[in-house]
Formats: sequence, C-alpha cells, structure tokens
Amino acid sequence: MSKITGAQMLLKCLEKEGVDVIFGYPGGVMIPIYDAIFDGNLRHILVRHEQCAAHAADGYARATGKTGVCMATSGPGGTNLVTGIANAYMDSIPMVAITGQVATGVIGTDAFQEADITGITSPITKHNYLVKSIEELPVVVKEAFYIASTGRPGPVLVDIPVDVLKSLIDKNTKVEVKLNGYKPTYKGNLRQIKQAAKKIFSSKKPVIFAGGGIISSGASSILTEFAKKANLPVITTLLGKGCFPENDELSLRIAGMHGTKYANLAFTETDLIIAVGVRFDDRVTGKLSEFAPEAEVIHIDIDPAEIGKNIKTNIPIVGDAKSVLKDLSNEYEKIISSKGNTDRSEWLGRLKGLKQKYPLKYDRDSKKLKPAYIVEKIYEVTKGDAIICTEVGQNQMWAAQFYKSSQPRTFISSGGLGTMGFGLPASIGAKVGRPDKTVIDIAGDGSIQMVSQELATAVTGKVPIKIMLLNNGYLGMVRQWQELFYNRRYSETCIKNCVDFVKLVEAYGGVGLRVKEKRDVEGAIKKALEINNLVLVDFWIEMEENVFPMVAPGAPINKMLEDNK
Amino acid sequence: MNHIISVLVENKAGVLAKISSLFSRRGFNIESLAVGPTENDEISRITIVVNAEKHGIEQVVKQLYKLINVIKIQELDPLNIVERELVLIKVSTDSKTRAEVLEIVNIFRANIVDVGKKSLLVEITGTRSKVNALEEMLRPYGILELVRTGKIACSRGSKS
Repeated sequence: MSKITGAQMLLKCLEKEGVDVIFGYPGGVMIPIYDAIFDGNLRHILVRHEQCAAHAADGYARATGKTGVCMATSGPGGTNLVTGIANAYMDSIPMVAITGQVATGVIGTDAFQEADITGITSPITKHNYLVKSIEELPVVVKEAFYIASTGRPGPVLVDIPVDVLKSLIDKNTKVEVKLNGYKPTYKGNLRQIKQAAKKIFSSKKPVIFAGGGIISSGASSILTEFAKKANLPVITTLLGKGCFPENDELSLRIAGMHGTKYANLAFTETDLIIAVGVRFDDRVTGKLSEFAPEAEVIHIDIDPAEIGKNIKTNIPIVGDAKSVLKDLSNEYEKIISSKGNTDRSEWLGRLKGLKQKYPLKYDRDSKKLKPAYIVEKIYEVTKGDAIICTEVGQNQMWAAQFYKSSQPRTFISSGGLGTMGFGLPASIGAKVGRPDKTVIDIAGDGSIQMVSQELATAVTGKVPIKIMLLNNGYLGMVRQWQELFYNRRYSETCIKNCVDFVKLVEAYGGVGLRVKEKRDVEGAIKKALEINNLVLVDFWIEMEENVFPMVAPGAPINKMLEDNK
Repeated sequence: MNHIISVLVENKAGVLAKISSLFSRRGFNIESLAVGPTENDEISRITIVVNAEKHGIEQVVKQLYKLINVIKIQELDPLNIVERELVLIKVSTDSKTRAEVLEIVNIFRANIVDVGKKSLLVEITGTRSKVNALEEMLRPYGILELVRTGKIACSRGSKS
C-alpha cells in the first residue's frame, strides 16, 4: 500500500477533476501544497494579491465554462479572497477556493494567521468545508467540484488544516460521495412548459429576457433558435450579454439603468416576459412597482428561490435553461405546425421604430476623445471577436453599450457585486483559459489602481492581455452621480495625474502607449494587438463625459435621462 | 404570523450556524429554534418558529433548501400537529405562598422537580398558550429564572 501526503492527494484530486491551472499565492501553512506543486504538472499562476487569484479563477471560469480554482493561505490569505468569492457568488460562477488553515489542534485559539474562513465565507459561498481529517479530503474535493459546477453554479471553499496536508493516506483511497440534501432540478415540468408555449403563442407583444443562466447552461444556440422560430425579440441582462447575438435584428441589447431606451420601453409595453436565467436585479427593473406594468411573466430558472423573489410570476418553471428551452421550443413547434406561426409584425415593427428613434449615441463629430468612440474602434479592429473584460463603473457601461457581443463567454464583467478591480485579474484568467483569443480589459483609471500590482502577474506569467484604459482622471461613475444628483460637488472623486500609467506598465516589463488624439486611436489599438506582451493603452478621454441614457436611482425604467440637460 | 417549519439536516459540524446565519442575513425573525438528533444519528431535526408573511415564508423555505446540508423541510399545518414546549420555571416561595404555588402547579398538571429553601422549580410541557398561562399565574410570586426549550412539533397520523 503506497501512501501519499494530504497535499499530494489534493493535487491528485484536482487533476482528476480536470483542473489544468490554479491561481494562487503561497503562505506558511500552504508550503506542503506548494512543495507538491513543485514536482507536479499542474500550472500555477502566481498572483500578487489573493483577491486577484479569486477574480482570475472567476474570469477563467466565465471564459471557459470550467470550474476556476484559486488558492490562498490561512488568515489574511483567506480574508483577501473574500471579495473575489463574493463576486463569484453574486454572479453564479463555478469556483473552488482552497485555503490553508492552522493545525487542527490549535483551531479556535487565535493561533498565528488563523481566521475562521468557513464562518466568514458562509454567506458568500454555495457551500464550504473545513476538512478535519485526511480521510475526508478526497471526498470533500469531489463534492466541492460537483456542487460548484452543477445546479446554479457558485463558489465552494475548502479549508484544509496544515496537519491534514502533511498526514498520510493510501494513494488509492476509494471516494464515495453522498449528498442527500443536494439534488438540483434540471428537467422542467412539462405541463408548465406546455402552458408557457400556449401563452407565448397567444401573446401579441412578448419579449425574451435572457440572463447569465443562459450562458452557464450553454443554452445560447437553443435560445437563438427558439427566438427566431417564434419571432421573439430578446433583451439581455449585463451578464447575459453575448448569449444572443447583439447585431441580430431581434436583439434589443441590454436593459436597465444604462441599458438601451428601446429595451426599457419594450419592457414597459410588453404583455409577456419570458425570463430565462435572470433574477430581476434592481439595476434592471428600476422602480419595481412600475416595472413592466402590462406584462405577465413566465420565469424559467434552475434556482427556485429566484422565482417570485422580486416580481410576481404567472408561470414558474424550475429547471435548467437549456433543457427547458429545448422542451419549450418543441412544444411551440407542435402548436405552430397545426395552427401556423403567430404574426408579430406589428410588435416587431413598433420595436424597430423605437430602435431607430432612440439609438445609443454620442457626439460622433466631436474632436475630443470620446470613450464610446474608442470602444467602437476596439469593436471594429477586433471584428467583434475578442473576449472583453471590464472593470466597474463608466468604463463597464461604455463597453457594454458600444461593444456588440455575439458569442457567449466573450463579455466578462462583475455584475451583482460591482467589484472595482475585477477586470485586470479576470482578463488574466480569461486569457489563461482561452490563449487562442484576444483578451481585452476595458478599464478605468480608478478601478485598475485597486489591482495594478497584477501587471506583474501578466508579465511574469506570460499572459499577454491588452488593457484599454479609459482614463478620465475621475472615479467617473460616482462623479457622474455627483454631477447629476449632488449639484456637481465632486467630493473625493478626482484622481487626476496621480500616476503615469505608461511608465507604470513599463516598470513591470509591459508595453505602454498613450493616446490623446482621436486620430491615433485606431493605430494604437492595432499596435497593441500586434505586440505579444502585456500592453496598456492609456487613452486620455474627455474628463466629464457621462454614460447615457440613464435611469435615475429609484426611478421607473421608462423614464430615462438622455443627456446632461 | 408564526409558522412552524421542521427541517431535517445532516448531523455535521457548522450546520446550525449556517442555518441561523441564513435567517439573519435574509432578514427573517426566528421566534424559537429547537435542535436534536432524530431516529437516525446522521440526521438532526431543527424545529424553527418563524414570524413572516406568506411570501416571506416561501422565501425562507426556498433559501433553506439551497443549503447543501438541508435534506427535507416541512411547513407544519398548525391545525394538524401536536406541538410541545418544555419549560423550567424557578419561582420564589416562602412558607406562606408555597401551598398556593403547589395548587397552581397541580391544576396545570405541571411537576415540581426541585425544592429550595426559598424557591420551587416547576417543570411544565404543553402548548405555548398553556405554558404562558402558567407563567402568568406564577409571576406574582416572583419568577427567579425561566428556561424554555423552544417549540417542537410533530404532525398527527402515521405519515412522517
């Protein structure tokens, strides 16, 4: 009987789960694991702050669909992961976070670098484990990956005391998983689905409202097929961006606070919302009591707790988006093959009119450097084929508005938690997972400074991402609110000239370019994409440019501010 | 309105903490909570009395189901259950009041489980209203200490 250490067993289990990369940072109690990594074949990306290990694992998971893995030491290592775990939890991203813990004998004594990380992460994980004995370890790892990646995905944390990592276990220990309390529902109730198909058939003004659930269940192609078959316009959430091609004529793009005006008006006029894999977040619905006043709601979600949580549902369907949409499409097919397809030309014509009347716009003739112009140029140069990651704030909204995504897993953004500093590490994770793709972080000068140490990770880890920095010298989104709602009192939001970003990225061994003129934008983007290294393009954009249209906080979504007046 | 929910959970470390923290972060109020092993030692039962509206209680149940260690949840129909709570009441007595207290205790079919020089320890099981009534009757004599288990309940009939 050959024995291996807990650390070696852990790596063996990770390999068995198909893990090909870990984003992590070592520490005292983690040395046994890192010692095992030293000999193994598992790729490890050394980040410069544990928060970014979690964000990178998150970006990797969003870009590939696989479970991302991050790792940190006990105490501060674990607490530094917290923001990244919370971010993945809010956006339902499959992730396994592994933390070291002090030895079992001293747990609870406030030992050096001890933190109750399972207690701390309990509200922000789908599940978590403290592994108290070596025998549990292989079972826990298997369960963790299963839980993280099935049902409604989410982060699972596994906390392993150092003595467990050092103790010995039979190499070929049998693993038996027993999860009595976890049985996600994949197949939707057929009676409800039939009812939904009938409802859709008879609806005059329906819309599909598609979210991140479409992407995580891999339902994009069935969604597209169904929407086209039934002539259904599609609105997405921010996280659903890319699940339906945004350049398709049925696409109304994204709705909500900075969504398109035509999507928001479509919600206000629709008589039937077919919601799939969404949770009716407040950034989408605006004032809830005035949201979609005419609409009945079919809500399809794998998490029963989301159905009826925020808005009243007429036909609830619990199940996996892909499976339910397949059944729904079949049922719909049956109806139209006997009764003929519904004529929706009036409704689609109305929406087409709204699209023409209220397009996303900015001052195209301006000689100044407009962020929307830059994003459009990035779209043109990359032919819409890049993976776009964003930070959080104005940069994120400009990216969402002016970069049309047509494939799932190509728009990666922190939705629910709104985590500044997400974009840079997430783009590193995305590029590690999809080395074949151009990966661009559309960044802001505020957000990127929360994580700028990760420029080192990109260079030393040989992850040639491209950062397009929309530098306006402000914490722009907060400044915009201060301008619109706080009488232009720019309290603590001006961060102008605090750092030379070109020198900063050069100091880390990357390449820096600066663009101040509109005419240089395209050339700089092309040059950045040609260089096989980390490149940051520092665009000095117009300082007080705002994101429009906009729904004021607490207002109904059909009342949108369209400019500064 | 109060609802009684009976939750079967895996008997593992940290499960109770996960449940109670879920209640606080989702803003649900726990009136009482009683926990103990069941006929199967791998499974514990938690009986929770929650104060919530109908929509609220649906969310409680759905959110609880999302916890991996939760196996089964029943919302008990208050008209079709046997509910009990066990309460220990230490009541202040002296030679003059002792007989009166004993009489009250007898009427309620409660038990005296300990006698001190200046106190009696009363044990009572029953529904909350019965327990409350006894508490009211004993209050004028001076309640030194009161300990309640929290409500437990079981549905009537053979179905489990």
